[in-house]
Amino acid sequence: MNEKNKTRILIGKIGLDGHDRGAKVVARALRDAGFEVIYTGLRRSIKEVVAAVVQEDVALVGLSFLSGDHMTQVARVIDELKAAGCPDVPVVIGGIILKHQVPSLKEMGVRKIIFPGTPLTEIIEDVRAIVEGHDA
Amino acid sequence: METVRKQFDDWEAKTLQPVLDRSPERHSEFKTESGIPVKRLYTPLDMEGCNYGSDLGFPGEFPYTRGVYPTMYRGRHWTMRQYAGFGTAKDTNRRFRYLLEQGMIGLSMAFDLPTQLGYDSDDTHSEGAVGRVGVAVDSLEDMEIIFEGIPLDKVSTSMTINATAPVLLAMYIAVAEKQGVAASKLMGTTQNDILKEFIARGTYIYPPKESMRLVLDIVEYCMTHVPRWNTLNIAGYHFREAGANAIQEMAFTLADAIAYIEQAQSRGLDVDSFAPRLSYSLGCYMDLFEEIAKYRATRRLFAKIMKTRFQAKNSKSYLFRIFSGSCGSTLVAQQPINNVVRVAMHALMGILGGHQAIHTACWEEGFALPSEDSARLALRTQQVLAHECGLCNTIDPLAGSFFVESLTNEIEAQAAGYIQKIDDLGGMLAAIESGYIQREIQEASVAFQRRVDSGERVIVGLNAFKQEEENETATEELFEVDASVETIQCEKLASLRKRRDPENYQRAMGTLEQAVNDNENLMPYMLNAVRAYATVGEICNLLRRQWGEYKAPIYI
Repeated sequence: MNEKNKTRILIGKIGLDGHDRGAKVVARALRDAGFEVIYTGLRRSIKEVVAAVVQEDVALVGLSFLSGDHMTQVARVIDELKAAGCPDVPVVIGGIILKHQVPSLKEMGVRKIIFPGTPLTEIIEDVRAIVEGHDA
Repeated sequence: METVRKQFDDWEAKTLQPVLDRSPERHSEFKTESGIPVKRLYTPLDMEGCNYGSDLGFPGEFPYTRGVYPTMYRGRHWTMRQYAGFGTAKDTNRRFRYLLEQGMIGLSMAFDLPTQLGYDSDDTHSEGAVGRVGVAVDSLEDMEIIFEGIPLDKVSTSMTINATAPVLLAMYIAVAEKQGVAASKLMGTTQNDILKEFIARGTYIYPPKESMRLVLDIVEYCMTHVPRWNTLNIAGYHFREAGANAIQEMAFTLADAIAYIEQAQSRGLDVDSFAPRLSYSLGCYMDLFEEIAKYRATRRLFAKIMKTRFQAKNSKSYLFRIFSGSCGSTLVAQQPINNVVRVAMHALMGILGGHQAIHTACWEEGFALPSEDSARLALRTQQVLAHECGLCNTIDPLAGSFFVESLTNEIEAQAAGYIQKIDDLGGMLAAIESGYIQREIQEASVAFQRRVDSGERVIVGLNAFKQEEENETATEELFEVDASVETIQCEKLASLRKRRDPENYQRAMGTLEQAVNDNENLMPYMLNAVRAYATVGEICNLLRRQWGEYKAPIYI
């Protein structure tokens, strides 16, 4: 498959948190699995990430959070995506997320939450299922 | 040696081979965590060419393989250093006073991300992050509250601060002045290690060259004005947490040290005048012998570098003093109580590795903020090891182990190879700017994850010995940092900006800007600015306007 036909995934770090080992490992695994992956780098604003989603025509957004500010950030990302006219781009989040936060996150519209220790193969399968539209 | 060789060959042929024929070993090859092949058995044959005096020597003497001090833990135990961060200046002050009442004299400060990145609490970048991972400091007022009633000539304060270290150190000096304590009496540490921020921890602001200038401003300023201050703590820990292996961690830490020392020398500073004030951090991972060998090899290689590359004369310049910490990435969210065992191993490595200070993680670190009980358990772990296990009666007890010495040699050789490669690339700054270091770490990180996913690297509870649904303990209030911290800080800022003397402030900021352009040491000007109640964000924004912000190369 050439680059043009590849499904594009955007992996992003929003806010001031500097931990991106997980984000980069997931980005690499998805790239190796045949996706075209854009990694934003650290400390992007929500506006920057949403602009990238629009410009790059991405099929899925993955966001990584390790400093505990995901509840506020995720709600804003989803609002901004709607405002930018792409409410259907699925949002997946990973990192240090507590189980009791899952229902609220799902309600906001997060498609999938990836917990620490999830094997990369499982992440790849989940992402593929979501972009192909046959996730549960 | 010939006799041993003959005996070894006999053993292999007569005793070993028949057993191997009947039952093969668990793996075809065994390796350390960093991929160094491990032999079935180490014997005196592996010590051939070892010269006791020049390779190991004696503790407190070159090459310091066996330890930096002549009595090590027989004299005194390592410093058990636990730290934590608290939302507001008032909370922190209360906590510090409590610790002092308990007899602690070493305070440790964690700052929130806006403070670390030079944003005021009312900056839009700070939203949601104020007071979250440490205390929020906007102006001298906050530092005055934090240290109210705490005599700064009696305590030592360790600050985990890098890009904004000059501003925070200036505030600390200014608070001391108000207490009537001269800067020359202050004790403590600023992390101030910006190079590792570009590679791993991410709290850099300005481009590398300008960032290095600030690091060296502190080093140089403290030599004359704050002589008891540990100006720079050079850390490998964060490389490890970002995915580096033990050899890379060691090599990149030493390469950072080389870069700082070269920069200082290029300012005309004599190596022996500042090197004794440098200290180091390394991580504790899971492979006990490899980690211990790493600490020993690092001490030795560092001493050699100080001797041959920098021609240091002061014996204090040769000391690689280690502050270690449990690597949070070794802790597992599944069946988390197992982490108590992992953390005990971390402390054991630190002790057998001869560290000067050890931080043990709390078992729920990595998925929660530690509770008071788990924080106490982490400290008790060190105390049990210090007092009950006979670990501290003799110095460097693993020396002479055929395996440990062989591993120490191998790790040193491989790390030296890396440092050579970095020299060839033009030094650490160039290696970082080109993305070389980040690529090396990313490859190691990906390789590690693959080994975990394939099950080759067993992690108990995660990819082996799994258990259905672990219960999530006490997580309800976690991360629920009081949102009012942000409101309080913003109100304080608004009030401060009205109350402070505008002329004084303008003048201080004007001279600071001039000093930036005139390439002067900025510390005295920062001190003036914070005295005039300029905020962290205002000072850093001034520098941002002059220098710009750094965009790091991205490599996946």
